Amino acid sequence: MTFSEQFVAFKTIVIKEYLRFMRIWVQTLIPPVITVALYFVIFGNLIGSQIGNIGEFTYMQFIVPGLVLMALISNSYANVVSSFYGSKFQRNIEEMLISPLPNYLILIGFISGGIARGVIVGLSVLVVSLFFSDLHIHSYLITIIVFLLTSTLFSLAGIINAIYANSFDDITIIPTFVLTPLTYLGGIFYSIQMLPEFWQQVSLINPILYMINAFRYGLLGVSDISLSHAFIIIIGFIIALFMFSLHLLNSGKGLKH
Amino acid sequence: MKALSINNLHKTYPNGFSALKGVNLEVEQGDFFALLGANGAGKSTTIGIISSLVNKTSGEVSVFGYDINTQTSLAKSCIGLVPQEFNFNVFEPLEEILINQAGYYGIPRSLAKQRAEKYLKQLQLWDKRREMARELSGGMKRRLMIARALVHEPRLLILDEPTAGVDIEIRRSMWDFLKQINNEGVTIILTTHYLEEAESLCNRIAIIDKGVTKEQTDMKSLLSSLNNETFVLDLNTNDHKIPDSVEGCEMILIDNSTIEVNIAKTHSLNDLFDALSRHGIDVMSMRNKTNRLEQLFLNVLDDQTQARNKP
Repeated sequence: MTFSEQFVAFKTIVIKEYLRFMRIWVQTLIPPVITVALYFVIFGNLIGSQIGNIGEFTYMQFIVPGLVLMALISNSYANVVSSFYGSKFQRNIEEMLISPLPNYLILIGFISGGIARGVIVGLSVLVVSLFFSDLHIHSYLITIIVFLLTSTLFSLAGIINAIYANSFDDITIIPTFVLTPLTYLGGIFYSIQMLPEFWQQVSLINPILYMINAFRYGLLGVSDISLSHAFIIIIGFIIALFMFSLHLLNSGKGLKH
Repeated sequence: MKALSINNLHKTYPNGFSALKGVNLEVEQGDFFALLGANGAGKSTTIGIISSLVNKTSGEVSVFGYDINTQTSLAKSCIGLVPQEFNFNVFEPLEEILINQAGYYGIPRSLAKQRAEKYLKQLQLWDKRREMARELSGGMKRRLMIARALVHEPRLLILDEPTAGVDIEIRRSMWDFLKQINNEGVTIILTTHYLEEAESLCNRIAIIDKGVTKEQTDMKSLLSSLNNETFVLDLNTNDHKIPDSVEGCEMILIDNSTIEVNIAKTHSLNDLFDALSRHGIDVMSMRNKTNRLEQLFLNVLDDQTQARNKP
């Protein structure tokens, strides 16, 4: 395929993925915004007012970055895992597999769909958060980069889960047993400085901690983790998961006999 | 240059089952090629390998001279596939399914829309273009898969049982359409269990049995190898007795006005008609008892079975 043909093919997957979640926007875009709005009301407003400040920020301001990122992570992941597994289950992934599309384009196309939904939901949650707290974004550049890198990373994780999944039950295992615990323990609701030394060290093996703190730095200008460490971890994971996903697609794992 | 060339193709699945044990096929450009075999013979596995949905264990496959392993993209561009099972997104409108499929081949959206319109109209699905695919009847779903396979205008169209479960009227209209695109230059490979379909459409044929090519020839030569044919004759006896035998024919009385006649191809049917006429019997109608290709197909498989059973 020529470069322009590849671009057309890539655009086709992105439009297809975008239309897929926009066609059912009531199921894909609204629920996460409502869920996070409830977090803002209950944890930020009602309980947060009893907790007081964390550093120089109100508790509500402190939890906004984590909650925005949580919505972004879960929606990027959910979009790709459900779309890819759905295509595998209905076998319409074969439409792509028989075409001259290179596997890396299939991968990037699905990732772009995940990023699109993650970013739309993340931005919606960010807008909702403005009803509850004043936010002055510390660094637009870092905020945007972390936004995009995190949704890329979890879109890739969604593809891997979908490739290995043999049933719709299998695509809920990682969100339930891995993603949710790591996200909640990744410092959304607290600073790891508040933990005992041992648990601070344990927290450092949680990759989501780095993303939440890098995003918090972008929004508020504070972080428990050095920004460079956070970027190395995020980019390292993206490269590793991309290569692994591509290897799985090239080998036909779960897709070809 | 061959449209498809398969040399000594083997496929062994991870569970140890050998689906293909040496398939060889040569399909010329412009052929309407029938690929026949019993269930589990290896037809779908062969098609899966040609279209890159199944990884081969060994052997060589090339499409219009492009090797499917080393020139994958070029080989894939030449192929349109209509699989046996429905494999489109049932929650997408028909037009979108076709436009997306064209997009995967790098066809710009504006051209893809024109192609989608062309093929949806040709397959009488244009009125349904905005409906979700799940809302279509079985016959419409089959036609949708043909339209989708053609939207990038492939040189080789592979149809894996495209008329399974389709009523006779739609089947006939699909035959006409397939003949038309074959006449326009598209090489077609067809697998089917309706042997009448293969006989009326295809000019060449291969029979696969237990993962091995057993026969590959042109349809005319294969049909001419039949030594005998069986006809069913409806008679008006005019109250005369039907003769017990006629020279050169084996006759079986079905009922008072119907006989079954097995006659050598070298024997003239006129002799049979004359003999009946001499007995005062008129032949009102006549038909083949079985499809000729069906008989040959069974003969080929029987020969193999007998050969295997020989000590």
